[in-house]
Amino acid sequence: MQRMEETGRVNASEERLRQLLMRGLAGDAPAYHAFLQDLSAHLRAFLRKRLARLPDEVEDLVQESLLAIHNQRHTYDAGQPLTAWVHAIAKYKLVDLLRRRARRDLLTDPLDDEFDFASSADTEAAEARRDLGKLLDQLPDRQRLPIVHMKLEGLSVADAARVTGMSESAVKVGVHRGLKALAAIVRVRGDA
Amino acid sequence: MRTDALVAMLATGGGAVEPNAADRRCATGIGWGALGAALLMAVLLDVRHDLAAAVLLPMFWVKIAFVACLAAGSLLAVLRLSRPGLQLAWVPGVLSAPVLAIWLLAAIVLARADPAQRAGLFFGDTWNSCPFLVAMLSAPVLVAVVWAMKGLAPTRLWLAGAAAGLLSGAVGALVYSVHCPETAAPFIGFWYLLGMLIPTAVGALLGPRLLRW
Repeated sequence: MQRMEETGRVNASEERLRQLLMRGLAGDAPAYHAFLQDLSAHLRAFLRKRLARLPDEVEDLVQESLLAIHNQRHTYDAGQPLTAWVHAIAKYKLVDLLRRRARRDLLTDPLDDEFDFASSADTEAAEARRDLGKLLDQLPDRQRLPIVHMKLEGLSVADAARVTGMSESAVKVGVHRGLKALAAIVRVRGDA
Repeated sequence: MRTDALVAMLATGGGAVEPNAADRRCATGIGWGALGAALLMAVLLDVRHDLAAAVLLPMFWVKIAFVACLAAGSLLAVLRLSRPGLQLAWVPGVLSAPVLAIWLLAAIVLARADPAQRAGLFFGDTWNSCPFLVAMLSAPVLVAVVWAMKGLAPTRLWLAGAAAGLLSGAVGALVYSVHCPETAAPFIGFWYLLGMLIPTAVGALLGPRLLRW
């Protein structure tokens, strides 16, 4: 009985999240914001359970997964369970991280073993170690400026085009490619 | 960087996503790839001269149907493997049905044939070029399908690469079948299949390298 109630609650929250995503995909920005907000808590719980030995990596991976989910949001099939899609992306990013770490640990002695225990953070670590400004600085201007104006300052496409002197389609392409490039930089930085 | 800040950034000015963007990208890729394969055939191989007579033979259409069924099945596999969280489910069954059917037909043809003719039915006249020509014609399709998949999100990379390879092999074989003079079921069930499996293997090997995201 208790399990049934729990499944019901999970289904209800999944359905709510799915509705938010569908509205977001249709262009409803506040709904999409709420979707990503709820999703980040969900991802944090999901990844913390699976990265118990690497608590410092959790928030980095939450952010990497959020960026991946945003960039690949067109691959969600409206008929498919939302959690299956989200978990497949998060798991893909998790396996990718562990594989890169394993490769790196083969090359260098893992000196940070003892810190794994000392730094286990139970509190909400909603801050990752990477810095958005530094990441953006690595992008070329044609991608960085559209992201800064549209995504950080909240300008419309038309205003961002006027401020940067780029065409509206160049601004849109710049945002799209820039976020893809950001995902790639975030992924490679884990190797360093 | 705070996760809240990232969320706010991603949500700002996101705009609407076109529905079916994923399927359309695959269709575009296959279209360009098939065009490339057709051009390659027109330049290097030419259409068989007796095509007008060949289209009246049932075995010509059996060959087309065999290859087309594999193309459709592998397209389903590509579409499903390009979306995170979708399982292959019944797709392997769809893929094995045409193979089993052509093998059954080949067994019947071989069993009924005069023993002296069996080798001819199996090897035809072009066994030593058919698989390589199918593989060659599939190359532009493979490039285009991998391009399409790179814009989506495959999570099982070698399997996704293999599905892309099989799809390109089947499209290549479809184009090749208007050049190829062979129509015997034993020939098609082995050499055509071999030709399609070459790009499948290439795709499986390259998938983990090319499709990462």
